[in-house]
Amino acid sequence: MQTLVTILVFAPLVGALIAGLFGRRIGDVASQAVTTGLLILACALSWYTFSQWTWGGLEAFTVRLLPFIHIGDFQANWSIRIDALSATMLIVVTTVSALVHIYSWGYMAEDDSKPRFFAYLSLFTFAMLSLVTAADFMQLFFGWEGVGLASYLLIGFWFKKPSASAAAIKAFVVNRVGDFGFALGIMTTFWAFGSIQFAEIFPQIAAHAGKTWVFAGHTFPLMDIACFLLFIGAMGKSAQFFLHTWLPDAMEGPTPVSALIHAATMVTAGVYMLCLLSPMFEYAPIAKNIVTVIGAVTALFAATVGLTQNDIKRVIAYSTCSQLGYMFFAAGVGAYQAAMFHLFTHAFFKALLFLGAGSVIHGMHHEQDMRKYGALAKLLPITFIAMTIGTIAITGLGIPPLELGFAGFYSKDTIIEAAYAAGQHNPIGMFAWVIGVLVAGLTSFYSWRLAFFTFNGKARWGHDDHHAHAHDAHGHDAHADETHDEPLPDDDHGHGHDHKPHESPWVMLFPLVVLSIGAVAAGFVFTGYFVGHHQEEFWRGAIYNAPTNHVLHEAHGVAEWVKYSPLIATILGLLIAAYVYLLKGDERLGLKLAERKGPLYVFFYNKWFFDELYDATFVRLAKFLGDLFWKGGDQKIIDGLGPDGVSAVSYEVGKRTGKLQTGYLYHYAFVMLLGVAGLLTYALFKFH
Amino acid sequence: MIGLLSLTTFAPLAGVAALLVARALNGASEKTDTLAKWIALATTLVTFGLSVIVTLQFDPKNPGFQFVEDVAWFAGLHYRMGVDGISVLFVLLTAFLLPICVIASWKSVDKRVVEYLIAFLVLETLVIGVFCALDLILFYLFFEGGLVPMFLIIGIWGGKRRVYAAYKFFLYTLLGSVLMLAAILAMIAIAHTSSIPALMTFKFAPWLQTWLWLAFFASFAVKMPMWPVHTWLPDAHVEAPTAGSVILAGILLKMGGYGFMRFSLPMFPNASEFFQPLVFALSVIAIVYTSLVAFRQTDIKKLIAYSSVAHMGFVTMGIFSGNAAGEQGALFQMLSHGVISGALFLCVGVVYDRMHTREIAFYGGLTNRMPHYAFVFLLFTMGNVGLPGTSGFVGEILTMTGAYKASTWTALVAASGVIFSAMYALTLYRRVMYGEITNPQLATIKDLEPREYVLFVPLIIMTLVLGIYPNLVFNLTASSVDALVGAWRAAVGG
Repeated sequence: MQTLVTILVFAPLVGALIAGLFGRRIGDVASQAVTTGLLILACALSWYTFSQWTWGGLEAFTVRLLPFIHIGDFQANWSIRIDALSATMLIVVTTVSALVHIYSWGYMAEDDSKPRFFAYLSLFTFAMLSLVTAADFMQLFFGWEGVGLASYLLIGFWFKKPSASAAAIKAFVVNRVGDFGFALGIMTTFWAFGSIQFAEIFPQIAAHAGKTWVFAGHTFPLMDIACFLLFIGAMGKSAQFFLHTWLPDAMEGPTPVSALIHAATMVTAGVYMLCLLSPMFEYAPIAKNIVTVIGAVTALFAATVGLTQNDIKRVIAYSTCSQLGYMFFAAGVGAYQAAMFHLFTHAFFKALLFLGAGSVIHGMHHEQDMRKYGALAKLLPITFIAMTIGTIAITGLGIPPLELGFAGFYSKDTIIEAAYAAGQHNPIGMFAWVIGVLVAGLTSFYSWRLAFFTFNGKARWGHDDHHAHAHDAHGHDAHADETHDEPLPDDDHGHGHDHKPHESPWVMLFPLVVLSIGAVAAGFVFTGYFVGHHQEEFWRGAIYNAPTNHVLHEAHGVAEWVKYSPLIATILGLLIAAYVYLLKGDERLGLKLAERKGPLYVFFYNKWFFDELYDATFVRLAKFLGDLFWKGGDQKIIDGLGPDGVSAVSYEVGKRTGKLQTGYLYHYAFVMLLGVAGLLTYALFKFH
Repeated sequence: MIGLLSLTTFAPLAGVAALLVARALNGASEKTDTLAKWIALATTLVTFGLSVIVTLQFDPKNPGFQFVEDVAWFAGLHYRMGVDGISVLFVLLTAFLLPICVIASWKSVDKRVVEYLIAFLVLETLVIGVFCALDLILFYLFFEGGLVPMFLIIGIWGGKRRVYAAYKFFLYTLLGSVLMLAAILAMIAIAHTSSIPALMTFKFAPWLQTWLWLAFFASFAVKMPMWPVHTWLPDAHVEAPTAGSVILAGILLKMGGYGFMRFSLPMFPNASEFFQPLVFALSVIAIVYTSLVAFRQTDIKKLIAYSSVAHMGFVTMGIFSGNAAGEQGALFQMLSHGVISGALFLCVGVVYDRMHTREIAFYGGLTNRMPHYAFVFLLFTMGNVGLPGTSGFVGEILTMTGAYKASTWTALVAASGVIFSAMYALTLYRRVMYGEITNPQLATIKDLEPREYVLFVPLIIMTLVLGIYPNLVFNLTASSVDALVGAWRAAVGG
């Protein structure tokens, strides 16, 4: 088993190295085959490990590979930790990654740097695997920033496009803001517990729970400050409120990347971290409340923005952000199992939606503006079915009395019920519950809006529109337009409008089919293990609940009306979307509403003006201070008073003495040496 | 007869002799220049080989000085040499970077080649001497002598404003040197010995420590350089030839950090503790201030120079943290910075050699024509940003961890540096490498040539190996650092 998981983790790295270093030599097909093949191997091994864990009675174990940093108590190692959490993440990561590799054969077929693309994908997968199998904070941080690197590289994959490279930097820097907190959290934990290894820290926590800790001049409860700082890291990686601004921009990356990194895996790392550190968070009630509030606010914020966006990928990006909010408040109220379950099901249906959107974009010749879609159901039948399944799954349709539904039905409803159950003891839980139900309705509206807008109604990609579009795209300005997925080919003239939208090749549809199965069945099959009767046997201690935390148990016992409330909200959202975008004479009502530009619409459409706010404050301040310190501090004050002042004087002297200022530098050196020698001589005679 | 350390230290001088002979025989010609480069390369490689032997024979379990040589000189002076786990690292780093400097200069230097190479070889001897010297006077000779060749390298083979830059460099360092010399003389007068090991256990009165500490601080702070005596560095870097920058960033700056660890901490422990807040304050100011300044630079080299100052802020912070994590982190950060910033200056050299400008705005879209260069530059940019898996990460996280123990405020402000470094480094990379090529002059720019691969491959290996298995270094330094920290704690009654 140890060898097996080692191969599992390193297979993607081997693929990345081969494709990355020798891609040009071995060619496109070989690079793609090697990376994809190794990913499929990793995926198979992951499922084997997971099944051994779930049904084979596998015990948790850790493979020690190599020491990393050993200084006193600071003992970090390279290792592979296998338990319920990592086994779950292994299958999520490798399954989606393998499918995305396969999908990319079709999606990236016309790109001229395929080996680089596949190398990055595999590199990402390796970093993510090292993150989820970490046994100490250092390796966790390694994987954490490693996936950040891969994300940076893939967002900026089309590096010629200025908007792509800007988005890549934004993603990296905003994540660094999170990592700033994360690093401080690690240091706090280290000095509080004298270790950075999970296995050594967790058992000590109950004994330290009541301690206080002085940080930056203030006294805090130890566990709260440590967990809060760590949570800042999670906020960055998982695009939570305040640190979310990078995620929508990350859609500049190729769509398979969005599906893998910015939907299914990397952005869920924050949720994973919270669950992994549940032994710490369970003793940090204040930090947990903060997590709950941030999660709930994110869920609401992102959903409201998602209502108004016209770029198909951005709608899904905000949807991801919103769903991550659900996972966070689930963890915040103590239902870590539910958070992990939603992470698990979300990976399937969100990857499905993204890859489906990619298929539409592919079929629409890289058009991403939904206002230019419509009536695509017949032309892209399989994509249509797959995306409809994904939409049903994310909105969580199901039949509560039978406990039967699509994936989201099980996981999202458990979260909402858990929030209600927590709300019985803690008003913050109630807050989360109210938002959870409301957002269920919003989710349903924007998801169905996307589906109807794209697949139903009248075709808005007609001859005239497209002609204008192709013409428009010929101007270079259009390249920066957010609605274009990638630079259009230069010979675009008269290219776009000759082609009808077309269904994607099978290599792209196959992943959609597999993910559809997941979106239908993942909830039904695994609910018992993740959050149901078998949950304790399944997790086997990987998730810790404090003795007073019965939220998961209580969630199952909430009143009937509570169980029905998210479903009612969902159906309402569906009906309104259907009314606006289907029944009411085509989609005109929706467009009209948008054209009226009411204040709320403008507020939502502009993403609550976060980008503008941050630009006006942080970005400007950094530039202002940079200039001030440089031109004011360094040049005027320090140099003016110091060397330039002195040298101005000596320059005057030099002019008079003439020869010294010949610029012949030997002179300076000679004088210097003479001085040294003279002083030394003095020293020798004086003291010996 | 002659010890291994002395052999390593003075081996480059043999190369100098060979260079002089070669020129005397051949006269000044292109042929001589080529021959001279090969002689210099061979010399530096032999020296590197010797330093590897020193490192391999070094006993990491022994915290004291090893390979000690002690010869009575004249007038009561001693020639004392020796290395411990701290200094052996710097000897290795110096000898590692010198061959790279020679190769880097292969094409870009064409005037006075022999003198140029002599300057480098003399510099190597003096710098290795600094790290091996166990006698104050000897140390001072090496330490100050090292300035002269550096001064000449900038002043003669530098860019347009080379005289200004050399002059600034000279003024700053002179100020520090004079004060340090006064302190050295005072120490010898009081302790009646100039032996560094003896002085390390000599207990100076606390009030005296304060003054001595300040005098040494003046010299080392300029060398690091610490804020606010850092402004000579960007100018020196901008004007220095590529190899000069590599030496400056890679080795000369480390003399300051080494000085703190060899003198300030063990000899003036009480003063070091007293001044800890001052050092922390200057360190975090350096990290934030110079990072922001770096963010606004328009010259690639200046940007990297400012980023060096910020990274040295982590070093001083770690050194004065007073615990093993901080000290090890500081040591490691110096080593790693030597490799990464050296490599970054070489990256600048690659495009400078081709286009003869360092203006960021001149470039853009280089990835289109130079994919291999793009990879190399990205790797070192990530190292500079402190990405885990590169050596840049290890030093940063450890120095911050060490400082956290002493002052959470310090760690908090320093940690913000990881945000700023990402900002300036990635913005630089974007402006130079990404986008379309819009400047017609870049339309025919060539990717890396074999000589440049030879330069970068060892640096890439170092960056990654040290990033993934830094324990290699900690195994070597652990006992010496533990002894240093232990002595410091004992002295301040911790």
